[in-house]
Amino acid sequence: MTPASAPRVQGPLAHVRICDLTGQLAGAGATKALAALGAQVIRVEDPVRKGRWDILRGAPPFVDARRGLDLGGGFNNHNTEKLGITINLRTSRGKQLLASLIQRCDVVSENFAAGVMERLGFGWEQLRVIRSDIVYVSHCGFGHTGPYKAYKTWGPIVQALAGLTFTVGMPEREPAGWGYSYMDHTGAYYMAMAILMALVHRNRTGEGQWVDLSCTEAGATLHGPAILDYTVNGRPMRRAGSPDSNRADWPAMAPHGVYPSKGRDRWIAIACRDDRDWKACGEVIALPWDREARFATRALRLANRNELDILLAAWTRELGPHDAARLLVSAGVPASAVSSPQERIDLDPNVASWKLFPTVRHREMGEVRVDGLGIRLSKTDWAIERGAPCLGEHNAQVFGELLGLPAEEIAELSAAGVI
Amino acid sequence: MAGPLAGVRVIELANERCAFAGKLLADAGADVVLVEPPEGAPQRRHEPFLHDVPHPERSLSWWHYNTSKRGVTLDLGKAEDRGLFLQLIATADLFLEGEEPGRLASLQLDYPDLKGRNATLIMASITPFGRDAPRSAEPATDLTLSAGSGMVWMNGYDDHSLAPVRGGGDQALNTGAHYAVMSLLAALLFRDGTGEGQHIDVNIHACCNVTTESGSYAWLVSGATVYRQTGRHAATYATISPQVRCLDGRYANSGVPPRTRTEFASLRQWILDLNLQDDFPEILFLERAMESDFVDLGKIGDDDEVTAIAEAGRNALLLIAAHLPAYEFFIGGQERGFSVGIIYSPEEVLHDPQFRARGFPVSVQHPELGRSFVYPGAPYRFNASPWAITRRAPQLGEHNGEVLAPLKDK
Repeated sequence: MTPASAPRVQGPLAHVRICDLTGQLAGAGATKALAALGAQVIRVEDPVRKGRWDILRGAPPFVDARRGLDLGGGFNNHNTEKLGITINLRTSRGKQLLASLIQRCDVVSENFAAGVMERLGFGWEQLRVIRSDIVYVSHCGFGHTGPYKAYKTWGPIVQALAGLTFTVGMPEREPAGWGYSYMDHTGAYYMAMAILMALVHRNRTGEGQWVDLSCTEAGATLHGPAILDYTVNGRPMRRAGSPDSNRADWPAMAPHGVYPSKGRDRWIAIACRDDRDWKACGEVIALPWDREARFATRALRLANRNELDILLAAWTRELGPHDAARLLVSAGVPASAVSSPQERIDLDPNVASWKLFPTVRHREMGEVRVDGLGIRLSKTDWAIERGAPCLGEHNAQVFGELLGLPAEEIAELSAAGVI
Repeated sequence: MAGPLAGVRVIELANERCAFAGKLLADAGADVVLVEPPEGAPQRRHEPFLHDVPHPERSLSWWHYNTSKRGVTLDLGKAEDRGLFLQLIATADLFLEGEEPGRLASLQLDYPDLKGRNATLIMASITPFGRDAPRSAEPATDLTLSAGSGMVWMNGYDDHSLAPVRGGGDQALNTGAHYAVMSLLAALLFRDGTGEGQHIDVNIHACCNVTTESGSYAWLVSGATVYRQTGRHAATYATISPQVRCLDGRYANSGVPPRTRTEFASLRQWILDLNLQDDFPEILFLERAMESDFVDLGKIGDDDEVTAIAEAGRNALLLIAAHLPAYEFFIGGQERGFSVGIIYSPEEVLHDPQFRARGFPVSVQHPELGRSFVYPGAPYRFNASPWAITRRAPQLGEHNGEVLAPLKDK
């Protein structure tokens, strides 16, 4: 645990500075990953609305009975290792401060609705005047052009439009959909990739650019084979019996599904990739039907998978999900309990060895665990030690040390409501 | 104009775990050379096939995941081909692989061997549980990784006698690919500044385990467990479903309920425009809400009037949706400022006016078939170095001549 002002661990992006106007998860998640990899991310928030544009700032979960704009658990999770400053962009002095900050940054990132940055005076044409080689990445639901550019989205709406909600479900039922904002996470990953790609380009050519990221477009790229099955073979996913997303997409497999386990609302996922897996599965199950000719090959198992699923479920029902998974995995068959948050966060030895959920120190919340990154870099690994910034927590550091303003001027700006 | 990664050389060892990461790099302009065994990569046998005829050159999964790459064949079991592989590695900035932990070491082609050939190489290994962890040797597929990492726990129906549901489209593998690309590019920027390469261990299970939003942080912060619900976020308590079957049988998401005076007024007017007021006695609550500036939805459950108003807002949207085709509900709601959405199947996106206006469907030439096919297009729009599919997926050994022959001459 290090105090906020101490130099942080050197990551691969230690030379990158980002002027970060993002919020929620779809934007903040991008700069969280880059901050964990060492970038200096300076998050800019509005002092007038006290950063409420990011609805997660004061939203549950909370660590204790206290409530407030510095206490949102999701906000802390998505903004670790960032510096936090406030600038009132309604004022001309505030706009000057943001321009000075941008001159000292490699990247400007934001996920406002399309048009907001232009109205503030910081659209692409204005940003490139402030710094000619700036990398500017905007991220919104539909991008900055087209008939829907003014439409509003959040994760579930993006997922609905991108074809992702539809593909989570069972046949002849309504969509189950994603039970969380998968595209907030994944849109953030695309935003981080776009920032890094544009930095690679700038380092090689000296040229900055604007990347217009539409979250629905990013989401619509995630079903490639299904889209080609339609454009090439004329077979739509909207057809009888489809989707059936616990069954295998491609390659086809059987058995392949989520089966009931012993215990209340407990389930196990099992996938037999090939005949070898099926043979091994049969040895574990050790019931007479597993040797039946009607299940002997992949083609036969696919043809008879409804009966196969019923028979397999009769076996899985008698065992706890982890016990059955252990037996199958030991035999080389892919299987896993449908793990609860506690099981996957606290009870998995692999997760513990990876140190996947580090503890950060937050000025108000104290010590809290957060999501880490699922990667290890042998020379310059990620690190997450510092919690999310409280509103304006790093005003003195950023305006003083980075922009060179004397303490008296910072105090005046604060008193005048500029920061 | 070339893509943002023009000039970056990538060697990819064909494997379903790293194919998507390779595509993301290749479509961004990197020169990705895909190395397959002489008999072809197993992914060439993945369905669906062109006109449903199985053939190594007709797999649409292969087509999709390998755009913009060149392809060569090498038998890494043979010393001569291993030598060529090492020569290829000597030309690379990045090396991407998804082999079972231990396989490359047994071939003496693991990172310690490769960095002797290329000290600035950045190598990423994408495996189910990481390369050197307690569960590294366990078998896994997209389904079992989704189940073990919490992704499946989050999805399903209100009726818990039905199994929880995996998201379609191999999203666990996609998530591993996203982390691989982020870390490779970060390491590339570091190398460009320092000349130092490194090895990156991408653990798909871990990547997914930190991609479940409140499923993780409800537990991490307050020790609470979320449970799955139909068509909406898993939560620690039951919430009202925003998902609705529209007049044409398609589903829509009625989004975020109204909160402001203007929003309530707009919603009331929409009810009147559709002449639905007689079916909706709760319109009184919408009118009540129009008298205050802002309805604090945080007070739902605590304040009876706020609860009634919030329910009336939601019910008005659900009622309207049930009386309109899904697309009309989506457009009508958005034009009135409501964040609502139609639930498209993946292929329907290609016909949507927004996606068409931005050129999302792209045409890819297949010269040997004498025609082109429509593929999903750009996930992001670079204005100076555009994303592009520069060629269809490579045929088996298609670029052996141009890529390997110059090495053999050395």
